[in-house]
Amino acid sequence: MSELYERIVLERVKRPRHAGRPAQFDARGQGANRLCGDKVSIYVTRAGMQLHHESEGCAIMVASADLMVDATTGKTAADIHALAQAFAEVVTTGTENPALGELNALAGVFEFPSRIGCATLPWRALEEALQNV
Amino acid sequence: MSTTLQTFDTAALREDFPILKEKVHGKDLVFLDSAASAQKPRVVIDAMVHVMEAQYANVHRGLHYMSEKTSDAYEAVRDKVAAFINAGSRDEIVFTRNATESINLVAYTWGRSALKPGDVVAVTEMEHHANLVPWQMLRDAHGTELRIIKITDAGEIDWNSLEEVFADGRVKLLAVTQMSNVLGTYTPVERLAKFAHAHGAKILIDGCQAVVHRQIDVRAMDADFFVFSGHKLYGPTGIGALYAKAEILADMPPFLGGGDMIASVSYAKSSWAKPPHRFEAGTPAIIETIGLGAAIDYVSAIGLPAIAAHEQALTEHALAVLPNIEGLRILGTAQDRGGVISFVMKDAHAHDIATLLDRQGIAVRAGHHCAEPLMGRLGVTSTARASFALYTTLEEIDALAKGLERVRKIFA
Repeated sequence: MSELYERIVLERVKRPRHAGRPAQFDARGQGANRLCGDKVSIYVTRAGMQLHHESEGCAIMVASADLMVDATTGKTAADIHALAQAFAEVVTTGTENPALGELNALAGVFEFPSRIGCATLPWRALEEALQNV
Repeated sequence: MSTTLQTFDTAALREDFPILKEKVHGKDLVFLDSAASAQKPRVVIDAMVHVMEAQYANVHRGLHYMSEKTSDAYEAVRDKVAAFINAGSRDEIVFTRNATESINLVAYTWGRSALKPGDVVAVTEMEHHANLVPWQMLRDAHGTELRIIKITDAGEIDWNSLEEVFADGRVKLLAVTQMSNVLGTYTPVERLAKFAHAHGAKILIDGCQAVVHRQIDVRAMDADFFVFSGHKLYGPTGIGALYAKAEILADMPPFLGGGDMIASVSYAKSSWAKPPHRFEAGTPAIIETIGLGAAIDYVSAIGLPAIAAHEQALTEHALAVLPNIEGLRILGTAQDRGGVISFVMKDAHAHDIATLLDRQGIAVRAGHHCAEPLMGRLGVTSTARASFALYTTLEEIDALAKGLERVRKIFA
């Protein structure tokens, strides 16, 4: 697990690549975890499906949001829905999916059932945002 | 510190708790989450197994040997609980599922009969949701008012705020924790009871945390209501107790209706049994109650003063060692505090701390600890919490400190 943390934390939590609220966006989706107070907002800009996230919470959630933006930018809503399902599969089974690239960094979360919700929270917020587009 | 511990054979006591030999992720279990629920000694486990193997039937019903024996064993626990908290009478002890149910029982029955719309229930900023939400529900259903007494930055009751809340004379109940499950603060319950009574209010004391760590004397503290759960007291889940003064219980209507709580039943009208059975509808948690009796015997044999001294030494050690970790901040600096320590770390979220510690075999709680408004007051969304029990050792606290140092390095 600490290996997983080193991989994602150092890379994405300290220097997130897509964090912040864009000046303009077409839709927003929000996620919150009542258990730990994690909050995330996903902003979608329709032109070319540009995404940003505003995350406040644990390392797994923040890293997941940042990796998710990388994986979904420029994709269609249908592609994103399929990715969300594939990602949920990875974090609940621990089996990496070669098609998911860097998202596999979170596969180790499966060992901690109480944390799976942290990894999938940004994806739920994104699905909500897409419904609002 | 060490002189206190020499009189308290922790190693021998740990032998009484089978689970402490378990490994977690290949490491020795360091269980620092007893404030959420404590582990169970062999005597409690054996007592419960024995009931089911040798002495079980429903209580208060059968005219046969097994029912009589089980009823005797069940009712004997009422005497044990009464003696344990120094109640004036066994009839002042109502068995419930847990402290939460005890408070809901008071809110539902006493709250709706003794309080009028416009009367005020006062709670503090450091209550567990269990001592907040039932009073909100009463407010919404019955028209009472709910007021919040502030705490200081140290995590103690703000006496000025208390006086302000009571100033208009409308407070009829002060519902307050005896020990915060987040900050470890002990509240001055005897002084609070005097204050409440002088202002024409009753006092309900949530003893869920305190009952495990300190000798309770409901008569000395002059509690009108006192509640606790068995599972934090090394007993099983599913059994708790409500203490209330006899004259208060006598006027309280029933909580749930059903068997065992009636005097007589007809289609036209039913009448209620006397307390405490009036409040114990249906077949009770017989096995769990007998388990609680064993837990009380166990704790009493060790002695609360000895347990308190042991835990005080642990707390002092933790308060000395943990602040040495760079970026770690302990929440609350109350003068009178016990072995429940909440903390946050720079850059590391509480859930990440808990997960990384778990990997090292160390169990702590992380989250809002069922005290969301208190988290807001403290300016955090969640904390990590280490809590101590009679089986906790100084070495386990050192293991925690070492584990946290590793967490710090990962996030550095």
